[in-house]
Amino acid sequence: MSNDWPLWEVFVRAKGGMSHRHVGSVHAPDAEIALRHARDTYTRRMEGVSLWVVPSASIIASDPGDDAAMFDPAEDKIYRHPTFYDIPDDVKHI
Amino acid sequence: MATIARDEVLFETLLRLGDDSLILGQRLGEWCGHAPSVEVDLSLANMGLDLIGQATHFLGRAGEAEGRGRDGDALAFHRDVLDFRNCWLVEQPNGDFAQTMARQFLFSTWQEMLFGHLEGSSDDFIASVAAKAVKEVRYHAELSAEWVIRLGDGTEESRRRMTDGLDWHWRFVPELFEMDEVAMAAAERGIGADPRAFREDYDRHIRSVLAEATLEAPKDQRPILGGRRGHHSEHLGHLIAVMQHLPRTYPDATW
Repeated sequence: MSNDWPLWEVFVRAKGGMSHRHVGSVHAPDAEIALRHARDTYTRRMEGVSLWVVPSASIIASDPGDDAAMFDPAEDKIYRHPTFYDIPDDVKHI
Repeated sequence: MATIARDEVLFETLLRLGDDSLILGQRLGEWCGHAPSVEVDLSLANMGLDLIGQATHFLGRAGEAEGRGRDGDALAFHRDVLDFRNCWLVEQPNGDFAQTMARQFLFSTWQEMLFGHLEGSSDDFIASVAAKAVKEVRYHAELSAEWVIRLGDGTEESRRRMTDGLDWHWRFVPELFEMDEVAMAAAERGIGADPRAFREDYDRHIRSVLAEATLEAPKDQRPILGGRRGHHSEHLGHLIAVMQHLPRTYPDATW
């Protein structure tokens, strides 16, 4: 049965102020049931305060064959890292 | 220890609440590993565990109210079938997924309204458990309503199965609103609720979900009553045999 159902990607916001993070996927016949399946599968142990589900088919993924052109050029651009700043102790979640 | 005097009305009220949750929780547990998909498997197990949690509270407190040294486990695992006080609806067999969801929809819709009223119980314990559990039950009612709508307004086969599931359970609904001496006494003292107060809301909600599911309400049948007094269908004995087998074979076993 679940093979007939489309796949949905699940994103959970762990607490207010944090971003939604991808946690996995569920099968479901439609968006409303996908939200409920996501709730029952991924937030059973107080993992989240907000849920997103997105049809997996809507995700545009990069082509692994293009990895070299897509990602290698960033390898030697150390000046793009903000490692030269002091971060105040009070700033969390960076 | 005996700060709570032995109180038959409170004891019976707690047994009814606890046994409804316990028996339906056990029924839902039977789906573990057998549901149509792993996601549905988790949904059913989650609901079952919510209900077992409620039963743990209600039956634990029932043991205290009784004052004979029985705790929640003793009441769940060492009572015989005639001593169970659950309604007929919750002991009905799972059947297929549609039948299970029809049962859940009819029961959880009622239980949500009941717990809503019990939040105002004059018994602080019942009021606090109801206030916490009503949120769980609201989810059960919503989820099962979603499935009633999808299966009813789905394929020819899913529609037939949901129609059969509702037909099977319809005759057990009147019992949910039955008032006997215990229920009247509990309502008068404010520890229990009088479900007749929300009968119209219940019927209206059931019919609106069925309308969305493009289903007709089943024809009214001769109601089946008596669960609250220990009269049960043959199905309950089998359920209890499975549920009690381990604790009765190995009393006081722990892990």
